[in-house]
Amino acid sequence: MTELSKTGAAVGEPSPSDAPSAFLEVRDLKVHFPTDDGLVKSVDGLSFQLEKGKTLSIVGESGSGKSVTSLAIMGLHRLGARGKNVQMSGEIWLDGKELVGADPDEVRKLRGREMAMIFQDPLSAMHPYYRIGNQIVEAYRVHHDVSKKVARTRAIEMLDRVGIPEPGKRVDSYPHEFSGGMRQRAMIAMALVNNPELLIADEPTTALDVTVQAQILDLIRDLQKEFGSAVVLITHDLGVVAEIADDVLVMYGGRCVERGPVDEIFEQPQHPYTWGLLGSMPRIDRETSDRLIPVKGQPPSLINVPSGCAFHPRCPYADIPKGDVTRTVRPELQQVDGGHFSACHLSQEDRTRIWTEEIAPKL
Amino acid sequence: MTDTKKQEQGPADGADEREVLLKVEGLVKHFPIKKGILQRQVGAVKAVDGIDFEVRRGETLGVVGESGCGKSTMGRVVTRLQDPTGGSIHFDGQDITRLNAAGMRPLRRDIQMIFQDPYGSLNPRHTIGSIVSAPFRLQGVEPEGGVKKEVQRLLELVGLSPEHFNRYPHEFSGGQRQRIGIARALALKPKLVVADEPVSALDVSIQAQVVNLMDDLQQELGLTYVIIAHDLSVVRHVSDRIAVMYLGKIVELADKTSLYESPMHPYTKALMSAVPVPDPKRRGAKSDRILLKGDVPSPISPPSGCRFHTRCWKATEICKTTEPLLLELRPGQQVACHHPESAEDQAPQDTVLLSAAKEAAAGARGTARPATTDPQPKDDQEAPTDK
Ligand SMILES: Nc1ncnc2c1ncn2[C@@H]1O[C@H](COP(=O)(O)OP(=O)(O)OP(=O)(O)O)[C@@H](O)[C@H]1O
Ligand SMILES: Nc1ncnc2c1ncn2[C@@H]1O[C@H](COP(=O)(O)OP(=O)(O)OP(=O)(O)O)[C@@H](O)[C@H]1O
Ligand code: SF4
Ligand code: SF4
Ligand SMILES: [Mg+2]
Ligand SMILES: [Mg+2]
Repeated sequence: MTELSKTGAAVGEPSPSDAPSAFLEVRDLKVHFPTDDGLVKSVDGLSFQLEKGKTLSIVGESGSGKSVTSLAIMGLHRLGARGKNVQMSGEIWLDGKELVGADPDEVRKLRGREMAMIFQDPLSAMHPYYRIGNQIVEAYRVHHDVSKKVARTRAIEMLDRVGIPEPGKRVDSYPHEFSGGMRQRAMIAMALVNNPELLIADEPTTALDVTVQAQILDLIRDLQKEFGSAVVLITHDLGVVAEIADDVLVMYGGRCVERGPVDEIFEQPQHPYTWGLLGSMPRIDRETSDRLIPVKGQPPSLINVPSGCAFHPRCPYADIPKGDVTRTVRPELQQVDGGHFSACHLSQEDRTRIWTEEIAPKL
Repeated sequence: MTDTKKQEQGPADGADEREVLLKVEGLVKHFPIKKGILQRQVGAVKAVDGIDFEVRRGETLGVVGESGCGKSTMGRVVTRLQDPTGGSIHFDGQDITRLNAAGMRPLRRDIQMIFQDPYGSLNPRHTIGSIVSAPFRLQGVEPEGGVKKEVQRLLELVGLSPEHFNRYPHEFSGGQRQRIGIARALALKPKLVVADEPVSALDVSIQAQVVNLMDDLQQELGLTYVIIAHDLSVVRHVSDRIAVMYLGKIVELADKTSLYESPMHPYTKALMSAVPVPDPKRRGAKSDRILLKGDVPSPISPPSGCRFHTRCWKATEICKTTEPLLLELRPGQQVACHHPESAEDQAPQDTVLLSAAKEAAAGARGTARPATTDPQPKDDQEAPTDK
């Protein structure tokens, strides 16, 4: 849908000519899928920036648009059969190049070396009938003019770095012969083999035990140190976020509801959904109460997105802001202070009061 | 099963009196490695290598352990989706070790598995409406109010809505696919559910919703769960008892309080110490994390004796030569170790540390320090006779 993307870019406030200074900048990104039941607005106006060497964690509800955003940055929505069924608009700037309106072939050349992705579903990203080693070899040779033998040595080295035991013996296995976590690590090896400048890691450690997880996080840190790579880390594991993120972006219903430095998100969160998230967490460093407390109610429909604030049907504080504003006016991101933004109609006093009196003591 | 349920209400305490639903003895699963044109077997991946455990009705057994240690394989063999290489499996009093597909069919209603890889386990050509109604069709079950209504109710329970009914698996997010697998597994209210990382792809709020749902079903219907997960805070929350696996073996099996508060196997202890805590203030303050040194050994050629000896900071000569048995060292706590934590040493005569262990210990002492009971595990544990 390139026509739409062009118009989208023209409609959005900044003209495509003002290339941003940030290494990665996403502006008013929209990704919609037409289905028989209606238009699914998976991502609906998302903006953020990321500098080299920094890590942005995206957290948020399952189904809130995190993976769809990553696939958009990677230019993967417009491929193959999928491409017919997507409407994209907005701008994605990577190192001075705009990608939404770019020729898919140009974007393809960036994949692997400039930007690489660790996919949430390893099986969807790997070919089931090719040996794991060969898949890594291919990924490497696309960007490096080396012999198969050299590439194979590199593949084994990468499998070793992600902690696959006896990599020399396992390199010729097929994906189904690996355990879930081993497949995930093989995919990480594939994504890191070219030392990408932008790494998008979509739930990279979900299948890994804590020790291996720590090893993978170290590996990502090394990549950042050595190559100054920018990292977008999507995870629902707030322990991982606390450990590795510089900034955090919280998504709900296809939009960003809160964004800020990691310390502030944990210590001074401003949005009721973020509060709900922190409150549902089982923590090993605290006593367990008998029941976990989920955010009440159902995730929002992305076809008939709730009016006003999309969180209002589930928000315990929806009635505090005066009038019907919560149900009629969509809250935009407002600066709290510094780099901290939140999209909520509650006044600053209300938010501070609710957080300090009601939420924080229960965490 | 309905008649036994009444007195089962309330988990942990009555655990011992409840009857055994699943009994696994000496379970082994090896995958042959074949080479060359003749496809001769040159070795085997010893994914599961002799494990014993029981699960009682209405109970939740958590299973944790390093990636690749054989958890999913154990799950698939126990639910008889794969054939065991050795050992036996009894379900509800019946020996199911050698049942073929036809023999298993009537039991499929009672034994369900939630797969680790939702993407690979959902047929890409079917809508989720038809995926979740399949169990009803296959088993010829007509729920009250009709299949469609029941399926919608199930989907809603896991946080999906009617607008998802006609969509195909690739049109879902990772966590949504995972929830489809859960809805499908719970559809027929089975007796035993083996759930392999059932909530790993879910945000904490939906995770809480799903955990509560599984809890409710257990309370209402007396479901029995084996939950495989690497998220130790989730495991602690859901389990009555927990089995810790290492390289195809169970190294510790205990009720959750004992396991979390006083782990006895060195590997369990290391595992517990490495959990990331959601608090950016504590970043870098990893003083109590035990970093396991050395490579993860391969299940193709596991180390002799205790399989953990190549990475254990307490290993002595006996650890290299003699496999420790899984013994009940405290009521409700089974441990396979010659030199367990906070318990009488099983091999006090053997005091010389292995060189590998010395290095590991040095590493462990430098970066970190075993957290809880004995900060100098080596010295005072090795020579208990002096006291
Ligand atoms: N091809 C598609 N057609 C229709 N809807 C889609 C399609 N792909 C994704 N969606 C929907 O878009 C929403 C966002 O999906 P996305 O995969 O980005 O979620 P996510 O935030 O990554 O969630 P999770 O944490 O569960 O992985 C979901 O509600 C999903 O159902
Ligand atoms: N079909 C197979 N053929 C060969 N090897 C296999 C096969 N299935 C599993 N394995 C091997 O068996 C071992 C155990 O795998 P399993 O999937 O049970 O691990 P796991 O404990 O579930 O790990 P994870 O936490 O990563 O999912 C691994 O080394 C794996 O490579
Ligand atoms: S805008 Fe209203 S409904 Fe939305 S989060 Fe804020 S208080 Fe809740
Ligand atoms: S002390 Fe010996 S037996 Fe115990 S875990 Fe360490 S190596 Fe194994
Ligand atoms: Mg996702
Ligand atoms: Mg597994």
